[in-house]
Amino acid sequence: MLRLPSVRLGGLVVRRASAALSSPVRMASHEVSQTVDMSQPMYWDRVDTPLPDRRYKDILTDSEKSLKQKEKGPWAQLSKEEKIALYRMSFLQTFPEMKQRSDEWKTVMGGIFIFLGFTGLLVWWQRIHVYPQRPHTFDPEWQEKQLQRMLDMRISPVEGISSKWDYEKGQWK
Amino acid sequence: MSLPKPLMRGLLGKRLRFHLPIAFTLSVVAAIAFKYTVTEPRKKAYADFYKHYDAVKEFNSMREAGVFESVRPTGE
Repeated sequence: MLRLPSVRLGGLVVRRASAALSSPVRMASHEVSQTVDMSQPMYWDRVDTPLPDRRYKDILTDSEKSLKQKEKGPWAQLSKEEKIALYRMSFLQTFPEMKQRSDEWKTVMGGIFIFLGFTGLLVWWQRIHVYPQRPHTFDPEWQEKQLQRMLDMRISPVEGISSKWDYEKGQWK
Repeated sequence: MSLPKPLMRGLLGKRLRFHLPIAFTLSVVAAIAFKYTVTEPRKKAYADFYKHYDAVKEFNSMREAGVFESVRPTGE
C-alpha cells in the first residue's frame, strides 16, 4: 500500500509529459477541454483564405516523409494516388467538401420562428397588462368630428384630403 | 488535370466596364420617370388649383365652419 502512491505519481508525471508533447498535434487526448495555442501557426479550412499557415499533418510517418522527398522531383513521376495522398497531407478538406451544403439553415429558421413566436406572446401579455387605456380620440365619433374639422380647415387642398371632398355637394368626389 | 490558367487581373475593371453604364442609364431613367410621373403632375395640380382660386370665398367658408379664433361665424 505504501508503494502504490509512488507508482501512481510516476504514471502521472509520464502522462503530463506526454500531454505537453502532444499539444502541437492538437488531438483531444486528455480529459481537460483542448486549448488551442494561438501563438503557433494554425490550420484552417476556409474558402475565402484558402492557404493556411501550416500543413494539416505536421508530424509525418516515414512513408509520408519519403513521399514528400519524391515530391521534390519531377511531378510527372507521381501517380494519381500519390498526388491525392500529398494533397490530404497538406489539407483536411477539399473545396467541394468545404462548400458542402448543410441543413443548418433549417435549425436557424426554426430558431428564428421560435423566438418570434415567444416575442409575440410577450407582446400580447404586454398589451393586456401593461398598456394604458385607449385614448378617447380613437373613438369613431371623435374621428368623424376630427375629419370634419380637417375638411373645414381645408387641410391639403391641392392634392390631399380636402381635394377629394366635393364642398358643393357635401360628399366625397 | 491541365486546366487553362484563369484570369488573374483586370477583374474589377471588367466588372466596372459592364456595370457602370447600366447603373448610369438606370439612374437617368429613374430620374426621368420620377419627373414625368410625380413632379409634372404635381406642378399641374397646383397650377390648376390656383387658376380659379378665390381666397376671400374660401376664407368665408372657413369662417362659417367655425375654425377661426380671431373671427367667429357671422351668426354669433
